[in-house]
Amino acid sequence: MLETLTAALRSLLPHDAVITDPVRLRTYECDGLTYHRATPGVVVLPDTAEQVARVVRVCNDFGVPFVARGSGTGLSGGALPREDGVLIVTSKMRRILEIDLANRRAVVEPGVTNLAITEAVRDRGHYYAPDPSSQQVCSIGGNVAENSGGAHCLKYGFTVNHVEACEIVTPDGDLVTLDRMDPGYDLLGAFIGSEGTLGIATKITVRLCRTPEAVTTVLAAFESIEQGGQAVSAIIGAGIVPAAIEMMDALAIEAAEAAVACAYPKGAGAVLIVELDGPSAEVERQFAQLEEICSDAFELRVAASAEERAAIWKGRKSAFAAVGRISPAYIVQDGVVPRTSLPGVLAAIDRLSEEHGIRVANVFHAGDGNLHPLVLFDDAEEGAGERAEVVSGAILDLCIENGGSITGEHGVGVDKSRYMPKMFSADDLDTMQLVRCAFDPRGLSNPGKVFPTPRLCGEVPGVRKGVHPLVESGKAEQF
Amino acid sequence: MEPFSGVTVRQAGADDAVGGVQPRWVALPETVEEVSAVLRDCAERDLAVVPAGGGTKLHWGLPPERCDVLLDMCCMNAVLEHAAGDLVVRAQAGVTMDALAGVLAEKGQELALDPPFAEHTTVGGTLATAAAGPRSFRYGTARDLLIGITVVLPDGTIARSGGKVVKNVAGYDLGKLFTGSQGTLGVIAEATFRLHPLPAESRWVVAPLPSGDALARVTASQAEPSAVEIDCPGGAEGADATVAVLVEGSAAEARALELREVLGDGTITAERPEWWGLILRDDVLLELRFPPARALEALAAAGEAGFAFRGSAATGRAYLEGSEEELAAVTGLRARVEALGGRLHVLAAPETGVDRWGQVSGLPLMRRVKERFDPGRRMSPGRFVGGI
Repeated sequence: MLETLTAALRSLLPHDAVITDPVRLRTYECDGLTYHRATPGVVVLPDTAEQVARVVRVCNDFGVPFVARGSGTGLSGGALPREDGVLIVTSKMRRILEIDLANRRAVVEPGVTNLAITEAVRDRGHYYAPDPSSQQVCSIGGNVAENSGGAHCLKYGFTVNHVEACEIVTPDGDLVTLDRMDPGYDLLGAFIGSEGTLGIATKITVRLCRTPEAVTTVLAAFESIEQGGQAVSAIIGAGIVPAAIEMMDALAIEAAEAAVACAYPKGAGAVLIVELDGPSAEVERQFAQLEEICSDAFELRVAASAEERAAIWKGRKSAFAAVGRISPAYIVQDGVVPRTSLPGVLAAIDRLSEEHGIRVANVFHAGDGNLHPLVLFDDAEEGAGERAEVVSGAILDLCIENGGSITGEHGVGVDKSRYMPKMFSADDLDTMQLVRCAFDPRGLSNPGKVFPTPRLCGEVPGVRKGVHPLVESGKAEQF
Repeated sequence: MEPFSGVTVRQAGADDAVGGVQPRWVALPETVEEVSAVLRDCAERDLAVVPAGGGTKLHWGLPPERCDVLLDMCCMNAVLEHAAGDLVVRAQAGVTMDALAGVLAEKGQELALDPPFAEHTTVGGTLATAAAGPRSFRYGTARDLLIGITVVLPDGTIARSGGKVVKNVAGYDLGKLFTGSQGTLGVIAEATFRLHPLPAESRWVVAPLPSGDALARVTASQAEPSAVEIDCPGGAEGADATVAVLVEGSAAEARALELREVLGDGTITAERPEWWGLILRDDVLLELRFPPARALEALAAAGEAGFAFRGSAATGRAYLEGSEEELAAVTGLRARVEALGGRLHVLAAPETGVDRWGQVSGLPLMRRVKERFDPGRRMSPGRFVGGI
């Protein structure tokens, strides 16, 4: 079947846009989550929305599943290919189509990187707010699929809050524009974050933000994680909404130090990075409050320049990769708890760590309770990988028990679909799948992701016509 | 006949009519389970249901094709959980926005939505209509602050999505889908929102309508206004138009001075203008969307068509108020607005056959969503875009 399909694809696309060479196919076998792998049946590199639509229509003709992929930086296996399907890679679609500063908008193709948008408008005093850690590489199309956040989403929100419209190719192969200006259901809101299961974004209109007048970045070093946590609560309690509040524990600091020599204060049990931004007068006042709140900190550094700000962020931004310096292998977890549950949850993670003899480094977006525990293990040691898996899974259980979420920004993908029934009831999941069935009744668009079990959509239910059986039998009246 | 076991029900009267369609019963559920019980009963007997909150916007949209049961959510008026330390609140759908604001203010917080009719409008009604207010420029609209939702489907199924944490990408976001769905997909029973601290100070700069350039500079100002509103009651090309710019947070006075400088004129006040965020009459009410840079052209077009204009120059969303006479101008105005890159749709009007929504690219997909959620067409049938 794939051979006939491939022939059909070749008739639609330029020769070099269809990849079947096994060696080249293998470069697409995983995304940023490398322990799920599958070699795609065929890879296509369309150049236009119309080509994407044609590919999807061919997949429909053959009943073959398709998966969209941007830059492949996702951390939940959302772009894991299908061996029996087509992988649609958007990397050729990287044109910035329009920049309209008067209306604070940019229109871009899905393969444009997140940072490229900001770079295109920075010198004119604007930026694109969502800033996932992979922003230099990750694509805006992938951001739309995953509803990506970033360190600054505490104040500014997520991708869904910054996208005004998307042109999409529906799972049937139709080109449709979903626009926040249109009346009707907010299908744009439902589409963003659907992890490629409701179609493929081919053109994205993003909102641009004005560069804030002032930015103040503060690094506060505390003797213990508890003190750091108290400072976070006090900041929120004081009515301050910083652009970001990040925290790292001693083990994460040690790793960052080993990797990038970030020179965080020695002996810190926790460091807090707080970034204030906004009008100068407001930032000044909030900084005065912040200094008072952080009076328990044994060291407080304030970035006086862009370079110093970058130095403060360097340790935090390198944290994931940095743990490679102190551990042969590790799992990056992503879970969320209500901010006020953080102290209890961190203590419980400590206990888990001790119980299983597995070290856990904690890096988190403390402002919104988004934890990124790094579960460290030695893959050469027998059983260590399994023990790390147990700890990693138990951390998600902790998040659910505390009223949180199994993912704050990495998505469900293939990696966490089995945890979905722990967070949602069967009715919840069935209801979500009604949306899936409306968009993709045949289940061809990125199947096997998000939901633990696919739903058979059945016939599209038609509008009832004629006399209702209950009316006919006299059990009901028609009004 | 007692239609719904265990749930308070009364016979409907003429006052309960929705767009002229009088239901047979009014059901008054007190819990999510009771909502579910009513809807299950209705499903078994093929009864059509229209959910209602405070009733402030119940006459918006087309009249329902049929309406057997008005589901009055007024008894579900509890604020279930205000987790102040987490800046989160969970409330039943029947809580009024003002009542909710009162509870949140005790802890110095707010739900940063300012929909019209806040005294009577409910959480559920605010979500179902997605009616936006001036401060949406800074805080977004209802869908942006909603983080979790409990809905009841037409067959009685209770479903939740999201949760009570702000950062959460697990599963589809049913909250987005139900926000603005006008009661056509199911019943919104409970909602969880992200909160903000109450602003330390608020100042309005009120001035005569400035040039488009000054308006743009105010909107983009690093003094960061929360809202930029235009009020033009007369309808004659903005001659009597006023702009009011809201600044919130610390140093509000200093920032307001900065903005007045840009406007070149104006009064700074801590009192909100009396027209701020209001809908004064809505027998004929339109929603106008436009690219912010075309605000003055949109305003002029609306004025020439005879409508009063009140709304945001910053987000490009305004309410147009008129009377039945102006309805004939809708099609022409829509063409002008669409040429500016905007949209025009009719929120409320007597039924005259005027096209209320214009072209909507996603309509076929919307129909498919409706068919999946409400295959029997029993939830507010025919009220919404394309006769959904």
